[in-house]
Amino acid sequence: MKTICLYFELHQNIHLKRYRFFDIGSDHYYYDDYENERSIVETANNSYIPALNALIEMAEENQGFFKCAISLSGCSIELLETHAPQVIGLLIKLVHTGCCEIVAEPYSHGLASLGNESAFRAEVNHLCEKVEGLFGVKPTVFRNSCSIYSDEIGRMVYEMGFKGMLTEGAKHILGWKSPHFLYNCAEASSLKLLLRDNRLSEDISFRFADSNWSEYPLMADKYMDWIAQLPEDEKLVNLFMELCALGVFQPLSSNILDFFKAIPNEAQKRGVKFATPSEICKKMKPVGAIHVTDPISWVDEERDVSPWLGNIMQQEAFEKLYSIADRVLVCNDRRLLQDWDYLQATNNFRFMSTKHGSENAYRGIYDTAYDAFTNYMNIIGDYITRVNNLYPDLENEEISPLMMIIRNQEDELNRKNREIAHLQKTLELLKGKSKAKASKPKGKKI
Amino acid sequence: MKVLMFGWEFPPHILGGLGTASYGLTKGLSAQPDMEITFCLPKPWGDEDQSFLKIIPMDCVPVVWHDVSVDDISNCSGGRISPEVYYSMRDCIYADFRYIHTNNLGCIEFSGRYPDNLYEEINNYSIVAGVVARQQQFDIIHAHDWLTYPAGIYAKQLSGVPLVIHVHATDFDRSRGNVNPVVYGIEKDGMDHADCIMCVSELTRQTVINQYHQDPNKCFAMHNAVYPLPERIQKMVDQRRSFREKKEKVVTFLGRITMQKGPEYFVEAAKLVIERSRNIRFCMAGSGDMMNAMIELVAQKGISHRFHFPGFMKGDAVYEAFRDSDVYVMPSVSEPFGISPLEAMQCRVPTIISRQSGCGEILNKCIKTDYWDIHSMADAIYALCKYESLHNYLSVEGKREVDTITWEKVGERIRSHYDRLLGI
Repeated sequence: MKTICLYFELHQNIHLKRYRFFDIGSDHYYYDDYENERSIVETANNSYIPALNALIEMAEENQGFFKCAISLSGCSIELLETHAPQVIGLLIKLVHTGCCEIVAEPYSHGLASLGNESAFRAEVNHLCEKVEGLFGVKPTVFRNSCSIYSDEIGRMVYEMGFKGMLTEGAKHILGWKSPHFLYNCAEASSLKLLLRDNRLSEDISFRFADSNWSEYPLMADKYMDWIAQLPEDEKLVNLFMELCALGVFQPLSSNILDFFKAIPNEAQKRGVKFATPSEICKKMKPVGAIHVTDPISWVDEERDVSPWLGNIMQQEAFEKLYSIADRVLVCNDRRLLQDWDYLQATNNFRFMSTKHGSENAYRGIYDTAYDAFTNYMNIIGDYITRVNNLYPDLENEEISPLMMIIRNQEDELNRKNREIAHLQKTLELLKGKSKAKASKPKGKKI
Repeated sequence: MKVLMFGWEFPPHILGGLGTASYGLTKGLSAQPDMEITFCLPKPWGDEDQSFLKIIPMDCVPVVWHDVSVDDISNCSGGRISPEVYYSMRDCIYADFRYIHTNNLGCIEFSGRYPDNLYEEINNYSIVAGVVARQQQFDIIHAHDWLTYPAGIYAKQLSGVPLVIHVHATDFDRSRGNVNPVVYGIEKDGMDHADCIMCVSELTRQTVINQYHQDPNKCFAMHNAVYPLPERIQKMVDQRRSFREKKEKVVTFLGRITMQKGPEYFVEAAKLVIERSRNIRFCMAGSGDMMNAMIELVAQKGISHRFHFPGFMKGDAVYEAFRDSDVYVMPSVSEPFGISPLEAMQCRVPTIISRQSGCGEILNKCIKTDYWDIHSMADAIYALCKYESLHNYLSVEGKREVDTITWEKVGERIRSHYDRLLGI
């Protein structure tokens, strides 16, 4: 019996505004409110609302059979809360049907996993808290921004207590292996890895409405046939895509929602079932470890981090940004922390890409990669000054020992908490025993 | 295939971009097999490179019959024309031109520049062209820029072969829209008679189509290119100091200081940058009718201490200026092509050009802004002086990009148009 794991990413970045170098030091507001409202409302109307309605309908019609998973970035939650709260309402309704699992991801949708471990841990915790507050569930499975994964990231994610992680089934790391199995992380064998089937996923997210595609038009029965006809022992099919594939990449006029609605029925006919990532991690056994030394992602043909860190400008911006990460983490200025979340988003780096084929790529408010770089660096310039002004007499070298002390103390507190809990348990146990002992002789007497 | 070309400038004695473009274009074209180029120049100096084409000095072509000896010819022409060619030309004099002032060889004298009596010179040029067209054998006529269009038209009417005109600039670019009706008339006449119009950019092509009402089907964009730097110059520019070494950055404008080149926008952007930085200097090299106005403007803005006018530059001085520059800016208001950004990029100088420049159509590894958007221009200047990665990226990638733009490729494309016109 085959299992489909269906997962959607919901992310919209917060657009930065045009920020000239002469604004540095005088203007500390970096966002293009008009563009943010326009783009989130447009995406919500064209994609999120109809898509979520369709998912809710599917969940209600196929109670207990249809399952899916969604992850939200913190930035997009904030955008939706401000400009399209009905989407949050639909998400809550979907989660309450019991068919949808919420997957954790970094709050900012950024690259902290490659830049600064403490920042990464902090923002994952931040998102988990936010999600718990909204939906009342604690995520147990993680997915990094743009599915970026490496052994090192796997270790961090495991240490944060996650059971499983979603990432890309990149050809260059799989080799002859198939993505249709459950794997585990090479550095932390208890962390299970779900690898995306990129061909089947992109058949929907990229090619569905492409009339030049040889399989056009794609119907649910044909698609389910492909899955059902996979080799007998390949039991897991991971279909991961962005939620805006339904409605933006593939317009609603292509009837993509009807295609989705027909899927559960067709699956049932062929004995294919659905499961959420955490169910898969619980039920299935991993077949082996996957070694990933250089980070992979789900973007572009190379499936690596070149769309964000491919040229020297992106690298400089990345280094500049994370050079102050430690300082930001020790501060508790609300505005600085908020800017920190927004500035990290991968989109800001993607706009600076000069990769071959990116000439006509979507660049938000920018015309070219240089434009994006200049604007971002001006903003970072202002932001860094603000952060540095917070602790002006503290050198960077002095901060890391301080951070170390804080971290050690935190660890110690945690350890002590655990110890206290353990001791309390034993104490209660002993109390219980002594009570029992005390009552036993009584009983004897009677 | 024989091509008769009419031009006005040719290196090494040049006044503007036209000469450089004429050289590159003819040399690139000469790489085509079976290509013979005859290039008519009003007043060549005799030291031009004639290895790949034949130059006809128009000031040594007789229009009035004089009985002169072989010695007289070589004395008076300075050896620029051979006696056989002279005599053969003399046999082709087609009317009585004694009313024109001629020298004792019976030739009209030309300045070869852009004098005040330019219309007269243009007219004389086409008179001489009549003699040349009668004497020469050719399959196609190619006229460069409006000064030679009348000659091209005349040669076409005489010989009946197809006329190609090459639009290096239009009067709309030079005058920011206030065209000189006489110049416009000459330009339009040339375009109306041409079988094929080659424009140096899509921008120019659109001007030709919309302002001169030409059939889009006979207008083609034929972008210019550059020749690789000679080894000696390359060595010189390679001595550029690295970004980190240079504590003080230099931003350069290099070109004629005229309305077309938008120098005032450069000054305005400089003002914004200088106010906010301590280690950036500006340099406006070149001369022109707006130079004094610019010096005044700089003084008025109070930035003279960081804004310099080194004057007109040529030869090695240009490359020295590029070598010592960290940013090159061309804020042209309307630039048909603009070859200097390509030269700057050859010298690894990151370049900012206006979107109103034709060369922007073939360049991607440079920053483009609108000429009037001084904030964006200032921002780009500041970024290039401040962020090492952007500077290095554009420096390295710009050089790589410009190295792929060669005149040989342009020659190939021109040849294909010739073939099409001749029905080959």
